[in-house]
Formats: sequence, structure tokens, C-alpha cells
Amino acid sequence: MEASKWMILFEPKNLKFLMQGLQWTIELALVSIAMSLFFGMVICALRISQFRFLRYPAFLYIESLRNLPLILLIFFTYFALPVIGVNLSKFWAAVVAFTIFTSALVAEIIRGGIQSIPKGQWEAARSQGFTYLQTMVFIIMPQALRKMIPPLLSQFITLTKDTSYATIIGLQELTGQASLTFIEYNNPIQTLLLVACIYFIINFAMSRLGRLVEQRMAMG
Amino acid sequence: MGNWNDVLSYSGKYLSGLGITLEVSLYALLLSLAIGVVIAIFRVTSSKLLNAFGAAYVEFFQNTPLIIQVFFFYYGSPAMGLNISGLACGTLGLAVYTGAYMGEVFRAGIQAVPKGQMEAARSSGMNYLQAMGYVILPQAVKIILPPLTNQMVNMVKNSAILSTIAVTDLMYQTYLISSDTFIVFEVFIFAALLYLTITVPLSTFANLLERRLQRSS
Repeated sequence: MEASKWMILFEPKNLKFLMQGLQWTIELALVSIAMSLFFGMVICALRISQFRFLRYPAFLYIESLRNLPLILLIFFTYFALPVIGVNLSKFWAAVVAFTIFTSALVAEIIRGGIQSIPKGQWEAARSQGFTYLQTMVFIIMPQALRKMIPPLLSQFITLTKDTSYATIIGLQELTGQASLTFIEYNNPIQTLLLVACIYFIINFAMSRLGRLVEQRMAMG
Repeated sequence: MGNWNDVLSYSGKYLSGLGITLEVSLYALLLSLAIGVVIAIFRVTSSKLLNAFGAAYVEFFQNTPLIIQVFFFYYGSPAMGLNISGLACGTLGLAVYTGAYMGEVFRAGIQAVPKGQMEAARSSGMNYLQAMGYVILPQAVKIILPPLTNQMVNMVKNSAILSTIAVTDLMYQTYLISSDTFIVFEVFIFAALLYLTITVPLSTFANLLERRLQRSS
């Protein structure tokens, strides 16, 4: 009885069904990672700007968004945005929610990296005639990047796990497909363990990659 | 403005949801602290077996989604012949997940205390647990406190996921209110404000502690 509950998961039809979910999960994760990196940089630039009217809204954005539950944001982008005329598909509603949430955290990681570079580096570069932008791009960023990569990767692992929340608006990613599967075959333990292993492989690989990059950078 | 009045007329429901959110977070916090201490001690003892178990626990629970773990307890427990309430399953899921993070927080704290402290305590006749409890942990607390507070914030935020297994927390009530009133925008904004009243003071406190720690070292 127990064995058949495992075997049924590995039938081609069911395996294919789960893999379709995995494909959504990976697409969700990749698109959201790319978008939150981009917007994270923009928000960070605003957050460290000299102008108060840019700095304060960015501060407010970061502090409020990172203190809210992600699923509240997903509900919001899917159910509330249509009220003000923004209709998004399930996929894009989820991507927008993930991006809004993660970009606030990415902005803080980038800011932490930049601020960990000693002030002397700024002063030295500026006194050599570099402009603000040149100093940022050629002197500060290359050094800050080393400090940012490990926390960024761990944030992206979190994001990959969090894509599972998209199931609450009915997006059939890996967790959604898993729910349908175990309801059909009444094998929640087996299905959830298998799916947990799939998530684990992806995230564990990412975290090992992160450690490798970290070691490389410590050496170089 | 009319919408806001409707939303406010549901404040009783909101508050009962908020109460459940706080209750679940508190229980899960206590449980995850206990799990965290045990896992951290496993990871720093000299026993290879316990080291491996601690590491496996942390890697497994940190690298799989919370919702899968919560589902596992909720849908898996009846399949195993256990009859546990949704609230208990949710609290358990939240606690084992956060326990992995707590374990890492404690481990970092313990390892930040110089080795000589443990050796000194042991050589004055304390056993391992006494040395840990009276000498190492009190010193580690200072380092542990800021990330611990951050984990508490995460706990409150993550507890919203329990609404998917019919725990009547703030998120669940919010969803009900919005389907009751057909008001979406204001209903969710109000819920967001309620969450922020819990999480913002906590994370501000964590930032404060962190800054103080940086200044003192």
C-alpha cells in the first residue's frame, strides 16, 4: 500500500505533471530574480542619494515592504490591483509581488556592500579626478560586489522557496501541482517529500555555488 | 471614505485575527528557540554524529519551502493516523522551519565566544552543559540578540502562510472580510498596517541593537 503510493508518483504521466509545475517555479524564480536585482539597484541608488526627496521615499519603501508578509503582497497584486485598473495574469501578479518584496531586501544588501567600503577609497578616487559615477563604477562597486554576492545568493534561495506561495492565487507551480497530485492519489506524505527533495536539490546547489564563489573571492 | 468606514466596522474580526497571529507566533517562537539551542549545541559538540545531524537539519529545513513543511504536518498527520488541529500543525511547521534559522543564529553566537572561555569553565570543574549555560551562552546573547529579533519579525510575517491551512489568523480574516464586503484595496491596506504595527517596532529594535553592538566592538 505504502509502496504503491510512491510508485504512482513515478508514473510518466504524474512525473510530467510535476515537472510542468517545476518549469513554472523556475520561470517565476528567474524572472523575479532578474527584476528584483534591477529594481533593487534603482531603489538603492535612491536610498543613498544626496537628495532628501529621493532618499526618504526609498527608505519608507524599504522599511514597509520588508516588514510585510509576502502572501499579503501576492493577494494584493492579484486581487486589489485590478480595482485600480491594473489587471495582471497570475504569473505576473506573482512576479510583481516577489519583485516588490525582494527588491527592498536587495537594495539593503547592495547598500550594505557599498557602505562597507572605507571612506578613504572614495576620497582617494575623487581626489584623482574621478567623477562620482566613475568612482562608483570603477572603484567602489568591484570591491563591494565581493561582499554582496553571498547575501544576494541567500536572498535568491529564499525567493526560490517563496515562489511556492504563488500557489495561493492558483498558479500551478510545483507546490500547486503537488497539492493536486496528493489530493488525487491521497498520498500527501510521499508527494510532499518528493517535492521537498526537488526544492532541496535546487536550493542546495545554489547555496553550494554561493560558498564556492565566496571562497574564490576570499582567495583572489 | 465610505469604504474605510466599512473596513473599520470589521475591526473586531481584524483584532481576533491579529490575536491568533500573535498567539501562533509566540508559541512557534518558544518552540523554535528550544529547537535552535539544541541544534546549535549539536553543531558545536565534538560528536561527529551529532554534528552531521545538526547540519542535515539546518540544510534540509532552510532549503525547502515553509509551505511544503506546513502542508506536510497538516495533510500528512491524518495520513499517519494522528489527529492534530490545524493550529497545532501550523505552529509546528513554523517552529521547525524557524528552528533551523535559530540554530544558525545560536551557533554563530556560541562560536564568537573565544575557546579559552570553554576551556577555563571546564577546567574549573563545570560539565559541558553547565559551561554552556553559565559561561558561553550569557556572553553569546549580545551577539545573538539582533539576528534573533530579525527572526522574530520573519516569524510574524511567515505566520501568514498558516491562513492556507484554515488557521484563522490576520491574513485569513482579511481574506474573509474582503470576500464579505467586496472591498479589496482598503481591506488589504488596513491588514498591512496592522502587520506593520507588530513588525516595524521589532525590526527597529533589531537595528538599534545591531548598531549598538557595532559601536561597542
